[in-house]
Amino acid sequence: MKKKNVGLLIFILALVGLALWSIVPLNTKLLGPDGLTLGLDLKGGSQLLYKADLSSKDPSVTDEEAMSSVMDKIQRRVNEYGAAEPVIQRQGSDRILVQLPGVEDITEAIKLIGQTARLDFREQKLDENGEPVLDEEGNWVFEDEPAKAEGRDGEQRELTGEYLKLARTDIDPYSASPLVVFEWDSEGAYLFEQITGRNLQKPLAISLDDEMISAPIVQSIIRDRGQIEFNRPVAMAEAETLAIQLNSGALDVPLVIIDQRDVDASLGADSVNKSILAAEIGVILLLLFMLVYYRLPGLVACLSLAIYGVFLLAIFNFFSAYLTLTLPGIAAFILSLGMAVDANVLIFERLKEELRAGRTLGAAVESGFDRAWTAIRDSNITTFIACIILFWLGGTFGAFMVRGFALTLFVGVAMSMFTAIVITRTFLRLVVASRLATNPVAYGVRA
Amino acid sequence: MIDFVGKKQWFFLISAVALIVVIISLAVFKLQPGIDFTGGTSMTLNFTPQVEQSQLRQEFINLGHPEAVIQGTGGDFFIRIKEIAAQERETMIEGLETSLGSEITVRDYSTVSPYIAMETARNAGIAVIIAALAMLFYIAWAFRRMPKPLRWGTCAIIALVHNVLIVVGVFSILGRVANVEVDAMFITGVLTVVGYSINNTVVVFDRIRENMSKGISPDFAVTVNCSLLETLARSLNTTLTTLCVILALLLFGGATIHHFILVLFIGLLAGTYSSMCIAGQLLIVWEKREWGKLLPSFAK
Repeated sequence: MKKKNVGLLIFILALVGLALWSIVPLNTKLLGPDGLTLGLDLKGGSQLLYKADLSSKDPSVTDEEAMSSVMDKIQRRVNEYGAAEPVIQRQGSDRILVQLPGVEDITEAIKLIGQTARLDFREQKLDENGEPVLDEEGNWVFEDEPAKAEGRDGEQRELTGEYLKLARTDIDPYSASPLVVFEWDSEGAYLFEQITGRNLQKPLAISLDDEMISAPIVQSIIRDRGQIEFNRPVAMAEAETLAIQLNSGALDVPLVIIDQRDVDASLGADSVNKSILAAEIGVILLLLFMLVYYRLPGLVACLSLAIYGVFLLAIFNFFSAYLTLTLPGIAAFILSLGMAVDANVLIFERLKEELRAGRTLGAAVESGFDRAWTAIRDSNITTFIACIILFWLGGTFGAFMVRGFALTLFVGVAMSMFTAIVITRTFLRLVVASRLATNPVAYGVRA
Repeated sequence: MIDFVGKKQWFFLISAVALIVVIISLAVFKLQPGIDFTGGTSMTLNFTPQVEQSQLRQEFINLGHPEAVIQGTGGDFFIRIKEIAAQERETMIEGLETSLGSEITVRDYSTVSPYIAMETARNAGIAVIIAALAMLFYIAWAFRRMPKPLRWGTCAIIALVHNVLIVVGVFSILGRVANVEVDAMFITGVLTVVGYSINNTVVVFDRIRENMSKGISPDFAVTVNCSLLETLARSLNTTLTTLCVILALLLFGGATIHHFILVLFIGLLAGTYSSMCIAGQLLIVWEKREWGKLLPSFAK
């Protein structure tokens, strides 16, 4: 019996040591780059849920192919944009969840990700006499259909962004305004040569998602490379967005945002600070209460609660790829501390009763644990059930707050049972066996 | 010895009054659904220098959003309007900055399309139904060794419904007086309260069953009272320790989860009360068929 306890104690101490080693020093390990994954509500950022309009896709590809292609392109766009640790997930048949932690200019990011970005060229509309058609304001009018040319295989092809090899931003040396330069692949160059050839000294409109960007006059036949100027003043960021979109390729289907959540980093930091303060105050009150009311076992419980806290942090640190800490998650963490106390309270109350019934200390500890176990087990099952259902609910609409709460509470309650049953028990057994305190007063029972 | 059982008619009366109040409030005021369930756009804006709420309201009317709900929340403004597209956001914020002459920080911003809101509402409904069924199965299982499982289970469920009604009802009143909205986190809180209140009842019932098999008294009422007293320390202590942390979160925690913590707080209080003053007492009345004696007992 005694040997087993010493063995357990060594096991517990080894676990605590390991857990501590994994999170200390807190600043570099727990809160460092490989440490806790903080949710968007804590570090700021944006979460976007897109719905793809699969009805407007090219009928020759399956829904599955269209979606995975869109996902790939979004991935490329987000990577080039340089968001730290982005998450891109497929949800259900036609939804894509995108999380962008720490993004500052969310409007620009939304434009970058969600825009179809279909680039093509439109020729000038001519009347039957070959004269340019003008609208009421006297502007040129362009064709509604993209310009086509004969491909190398003899088929008529629309020249679109699909044939681009590369796009990047540059600065116009004369106007100093941003522009996008591009290179065609060999098929694109072949098509572009024909189109520019037949439009010499005529305007050729560059169109993005059916909107005209500009309509420069074709000065010479162009083959492999060209440039897109904007006919209105634009910021460099907008040119960069276009370049990234052209490089990733046009999305196969249009996307619509159906759910968007943004949190400013300052609000996130504020939440973290307030939660830490609340946790500190709550935990101190709780520990004081346990000490005053339960005395020696209370001290043991405080110790095992401290270990519980270290374990939970270590688990979140270790599984940071899967477990994200959110604000409700912190609440769940703190709440589970309260529940971890509950297990201890159930045990200690039993212990007191057994002592009052005149049992020896050793026997009282054993039967206290045995009898409290069923109550602890049964009472935590309902919490587990609630957590599982909430986890499912949170997953159906990308509610990271709901999920974070459910997951943390689940892990917390499971850990709290382990702490009460294994750690508190071993400590109490050792205290009893060591004969450090034999007076029942130390256990909160009047002698 | 405290008599929890003898005063049961008063406990029932307190609960009955509370329930009538919250049910009327629910029927008249209903709940204020947030954008999670209705769709729309909500944001928290911070202005430097600070602007007046009336000014802000006028600006939103000028921007074509007479439906805007605007609330001041300690320096920031919480604003809820009908759904706007992602690209409209920038124009709106810039427009506000120019017309109010104040710099805006967007603290948080959410847009939910009515399409997904409908789905969320449906899923929340499904979650609540699944939770109710799962809890029923759990109760059937937990009470399988009790003498009359159905009766004990029903009393536990009455206590549970009591707690949930109180929480939901208080939020209905808060929705009326303080525009407090109900969102996905509210459902989360309610389901947590459900789990928590069953815990408490199970611990008490477990003790009643244990004392019945020990045969401590031929009178069921005495057995229940003894069991309540024996579990009193546990119930109170657990409530107190949990209260320590929840109160700390309520008073010092971030505003984002304030309402969520409030759900847990009210649920915790109602849950403790119903497990000590309602569930076991209902069992006695049912066991002794004293329903008819409840009203006359006030005369005593």
